[in-house]
Amino acid sequence: MPAFKALSVGTELPTRNCTASNVSLFLYNAAIWNPHRIHYDESYTLNVEKHPGIVIDGPLQGDWLTQVVSGWLGDDGVLLEFEYSNRRASYIGDHLTASGRIVALDAERNEATLELEIRDARGEVTTPGRALVRFTR
Amino acid sequence: MDTLINDDIRAWIGRRDAPQTIEVTRRDIIKYALASEQQLPRYLNGDEAPPMFLFGADRPLTALADLGPDGLRQDSLLPPLPLKRVMAGGVKQRYHRAIVPGDVLSITRTVSDIFEKQGASGPLIFVVYDIEVRDAGGALVMQETQTRIIR
Repeated sequence: MPAFKALSVGTELPTRNCTASNVSLFLYNAAIWNPHRIHYDESYTLNVEKHPGIVIDGPLQGDWLTQVVSGWLGDDGVLLEFEYSNRRASYIGDHLTASGRIVALDAERNEATLELEIRDARGEVTTPGRALVRFTR
Repeated sequence: MDTLINDDIRAWIGRRDAPQTIEVTRRDIIKYALASEQQLPRYLNGDEAPPMFLFGADRPLTALADLGPDGLRQDSLLPPLPLKRVMAGGVKQRYHRAIVPGDVLSITRTVSDIFEKQGASGPLIFVVYDIEVRDAGGALVMQETQTRIIR
């Protein structure tokens, strides 16, 4: 629950640990009405599309990045812009960490620019992102 | 320099779907919020949609008989391409206001670019969509650029 005046460039946001299970991925894909078999059919995923495991949806990883922002911002501001790029695939069982930090502050507009990323257990960035938020208090 | 993208494919740039209208319900927001393990009460209670909610909500609902062997529907805005495996590539969104239960949204999708790149494991085709979301009064709710990668 930060106040804008207390922020400084370089401040790290609280991280979010991210994993997907068969159940969570099934429910997510049901909620977004996504029947792509790489998210639930293991033999198809391995043998036909040749992935090493059931694939975690790219937009779910995007969502996890928004949660780094919303978990930090709470009700103190609004998300104005958000972007992410799926660079490397992630799979069920992977232990991912979503993180973010302040890279710019605009005191006139009460806006903060955040750099975001998801890293896998080896420390490689799978999903970089960026967000612009405006504080309303 | 392009080898995979011919003029027939390039001609898809600029094509757009008929606007799709969706009604946002609290139950749909709650389903999405629980499945994506949101933390904020306003999302979990369905008072407001999480930022990525529309990624699924704008998906056309198609008969199961129309799904292909990969489970995906034939997308009316995906040209026939020499590569077949479709992956999510990324999203860039600008939010004009929060989405709440009762919103009736009109969503328009346009193919804005098609290009190719050499990836680490072979050629990749990028198909880029501009998505515009407006409310019942015609005001902008969200603008999105969405990229799909075909390998």
